[in-house]
Amino acid sequence: MNASRRSTIFWSCRAFCFVLSIVSALVPATSFAHGVAGQRFFPTTFAVDDPFISDEFSVLYNSIKMNDEAGGPRIQTSSLDVGYSKRIVPNFGIEVDESYQRLHTEGDGTVSGYGNLGVNVKYQFYTSAEHETILSVGVSDEIGNTGNHSVSDSFSTISPAFYFGKGFGDLFESTSLLRPLAVTGVLGLNFPSRPQTVTMNDQTGELDTARNPTTLTWAFTVQYSLMYLQSAVKDVGLGQPFNRMVAVVEFPMETCLNGDCKHQTTGTVNPGITWIGKYTELGIAVEIPMNPRSGANTGVFVLFHLFIDDLFPKSIGRPIFP
Amino acid sequence: MIVRLRILSMQTAQVLFLLLLFLMPVATQGHAYPDHADPKVGSTVSVPPTIVRIWFDSALEPVFSSIMVHAVKDDTMVDKRDGHVDPSDPTLLEVSVPPLPPGDYMVYWNVVARDGHRTSGNYTFKIK
Repeated sequence: MNASRRSTIFWSCRAFCFVLSIVSALVPATSFAHGVAGQRFFPTTFAVDDPFISDEFSVLYNSIKMNDEAGGPRIQTSSLDVGYSKRIVPNFGIEVDESYQRLHTEGDGTVSGYGNLGVNVKYQFYTSAEHETILSVGVSDEIGNTGNHSVSDSFSTISPAFYFGKGFGDLFESTSLLRPLAVTGVLGLNFPSRPQTVTMNDQTGELDTARNPTTLTWAFTVQYSLMYLQSAVKDVGLGQPFNRMVAVVEFPMETCLNGDCKHQTTGTVNPGITWIGKYTELGIAVEIPMNPRSGANTGVFVLFHLFIDDLFPKSIGRPIFP
Repeated sequence: MIVRLRILSMQTAQVLFLLLLFLMPVATQGHAYPDHADPKVGSTVSVPPTIVRIWFDSALEPVFSSIMVHAVKDDTMVDKRDGHVDPSDPTLLEVSVPPLPPGDYMVYWNVVARDGHRTSGNYTFKIK
C-alpha cells in the first residue's frame, strides 16, 4: 500500500469517525434503563438485590440489634453501604460496593471498620415490556481479607444467583386495583472460599475452629406501586409526593445448608416505602426479625439512590459500549 | 508539606472542574412518565372528548413520541392519526378523536424523553 492510499484511508476513517460522533451527539439514542419493563418501574429495594442492571449510585444505612449465638451480650450492628453499578453493555454490568460497619457490644467495647469489598456482575437476559418481566443471572464475590478483620470475614464468599421481577399489569383487567402489584426476588447459593476458619482464643490460647457453611439465599419482595395506579389503572387524585411512591414488603431469607447451622433459617420482614424522583430514589423500611437468630429487635433501613443514567444520559450514565 | 498539599488541591480542583465541564451540559431530564391525562386514567365520562391529552413529567422528543386511541371491543384505531407533542408545551402529548360512541377505549402512548430514555404504557377510559 502506497503512502497516498494510506493517507486517503486515514483521512476517510477520521472523517467517518467525526461524522459518527456528530450524529451520535445529535440523535437522541433511545434507550431503556434501570428497572423499567413496559410501564412498570421496579424500584431499588433495601435488602433484596434488584433484578436489573443499571447505572446507579446508592447509599444504604442499616441498623439492628443482634443476639449473640453463644448467649453473650447483644450486639448493635450499624452499617453504611455505598455501591456503584455500571453497565458495560446495555444488559450486562458490574457493581462494586463497600460498607463501613460499627459493632457495639452491650457492656463491652465498640469495633468498627470497612467490610469486605463486594463485586457483582449481572446479565439481564430477558426483559418483556408486555409482561412487565425482568430476568437476570449474576455472580457476586465478597472478597475476603479486603476489609477490617474485626468486622469482616477472612475468606471470600462466591454467590451465583437468579433474579426476577414481575409486574401484575398483564394479569388482570385494565381497571383492576391489583395491577399495581409486583414481585421481585433472588434465588442463589453462597459458597465460602474456605470450608473452615481457625482462630486463636485470646483467653485460653487454644485454637478455635469454625465451619463456614454454604447457604441458600431465597429472598423476595411484594410491591404496590401508587405511581402505576395513578398513571396506568385509575387516577385516584393522588398528588405529590404520593403519586411517585411504591410500598414494598421485603422477605430476605437465608437457609444454612451444612455445618453447625444446617437447616436453620434467618430472615426478616421489611415493610417500607420508596419515593421515586426524576434522578433520585429515597426509601425507608423497618426490619422485623423472624426469629431470635435474625435479630433482637426491630431494625431500620434508609436508602438514598441516584439514577446516574438519568442524570448523565450521554456520558457516564450510558453503557460503556451502548 | 503545605506546598505539596496545595499542589494536590490544585490538581484535584482541576480534575473536578474538568469533570463538571464534561458532565454539566448533558445533565438533562430523566425518564418521562404521565403526570395526568384528559380524560382521566380509568375514568368514566359522559361527554365524549374531542382531544385525548396526556401531560408528562418531562419534555418529550416530538419525532419519537406517539399516542393512539383504540376501541377496546374490536381493537380498532379510532383517533384521527394526528398525535403530536404540543409545540408550546413539550410535556403535552395529544391526539384528536371524532365523536366517539359509548364504550371502552384504550390509549396507547410511547414517548422518548429529551435524554433519550423511552417509556411506554396504556390506560383505559369509558364513555357512557
